[in-house]
Amino acid sequence: MEGGLKAPKFNYIRAESRQQALELLDQLGEDGRILAGGQSLMPTLNMRLSQPDTLIDINKVSDLSGITLDNDVVRVGAMTRHVEVANSPIVAEHLPLIAEAMEHVAHHAVRNRGTIGGSIALADPAAEMPACVLALGATLAVESINGRREIAAEDYFKGLYETAREPNELLVEILIPVEKPGDVSVFLELAQRHGDFAMAGLACVARVSNKSFEDLRLVYFGSEDRPTLGASAIAAVVGQPWSAECKEAAANALDNDLDPMTNLQGSAAMKLHLQKVLTGRALDAAIERAEAA
Amino acid sequence: MNETTLEISLTVNGEQIRKTVPVRQHLVDFLRTELGLTGSHLGCEHGVCGACSVRVDDAVVRGCLMLAVQADGAEVVTVEGLSESGEIADLQKNFVERNAMQCGYCTPGMLITASELLRDPKPTSREEIRGHLSGNFCRCTGYHAIIDAVETTINKRLEEG
Repeated sequence: MEGGLKAPKFNYIRAESRQQALELLDQLGEDGRILAGGQSLMPTLNMRLSQPDTLIDINKVSDLSGITLDNDVVRVGAMTRHVEVANSPIVAEHLPLIAEAMEHVAHHAVRNRGTIGGSIALADPAAEMPACVLALGATLAVESINGRREIAAEDYFKGLYETAREPNELLVEILIPVEKPGDVSVFLELAQRHGDFAMAGLACVARVSNKSFEDLRLVYFGSEDRPTLGASAIAAVVGQPWSAECKEAAANALDNDLDPMTNLQGSAAMKLHLQKVLTGRALDAAIERAEAA
Repeated sequence: MNETTLEISLTVNGEQIRKTVPVRQHLVDFLRTELGLTGSHLGCEHGVCGACSVRVDDAVVRGCLMLAVQADGAEVVTVEGLSESGEIADLQKNFVERNAMQCGYCTPGMLITASELLRDPKPTSREEIRGHLSGNFCRCTGYHAIIDAVETTINKRLEEG
């Protein structure tokens, strides 16, 4: 055949059930690679940057997708595509942070195929969903033939494309607590082109009372090797009356929280500057949204 | 490692196709080299440029980021199918009138992506059209003519109900 083949050779198995996928993962170990939406894996195959022995395609496993509200938790199947998350009334009502973030998740055609679980399993440091689940205190459910394990988002992201998921485990479900009444959230991202990889970004969840932050979570992405909580910036803001001085203190404190990686999306210094700018904008927006509520 | 192949059966532009393909072949290479449907273009092959956009089971996807074997059982529509059915004849006419292409490389992807805005047209701002097409690169036109052509088509369809 002349042309028409870009990826290296691999074996391909279309899993017909969750159990079959788990058994394959267990047998193949590091030689098996899960193919979910493929929007990050396929580029690395086309460019021959990865060489899996066997692809385990889970696109036909029907019980891995869907969004349901279960008391105070939104349960999202790992194979739920971004477009379904973006169009979900449950997400719009109970997870406005994620609804706002979806506008930044890649482009239309990629959202039609890419999945929330794929994004979280890959743990690209510039991706939106890892930052959102960390900001919202979500739990990631993984499964192997030995059973199910639930991992708090703050224990899940370990480093650059590294997570607490073991090679024989499949990410099956994301459990996200609904945003509490009275809380506000803000999602901001800067990219060179709408939908491209983030130069800098932040997910903010806050409780505001009398123009002061009572409770706050600021999670930064697109700069560190994993989504990162801005503990010092948060400490500089919580309990203080919101003001220009407070905004400046938060920006200064961010020096202690972030040490951005230089990459194609920008230099370390520029990223740190942009994260500071976004912090001020996000907190301003949180105050505004709390007042409008 | 030997070349692993699988037989797939799918519909392409309304025609039933059955073929044995290497599992590592992506959908647009299959369409171009096996079926001779060269309207779907390959630009970057890593999901950035949008030239390879095709419709799979009614959703526009990056044809380079899907394996041909994953289209088993699916309905695939390429720009050839969209052209023959007349579904986007008005959009194509407006592209020509507005000179919304120069080299034409991005055009099939632009047409397919824009076609999603036309199926159930709603009043759509230029900003929204721009956002919808943000995953499709054009290196010639500066985009304004493309946005004009899409905007004109949406507005005309809305007027004509």
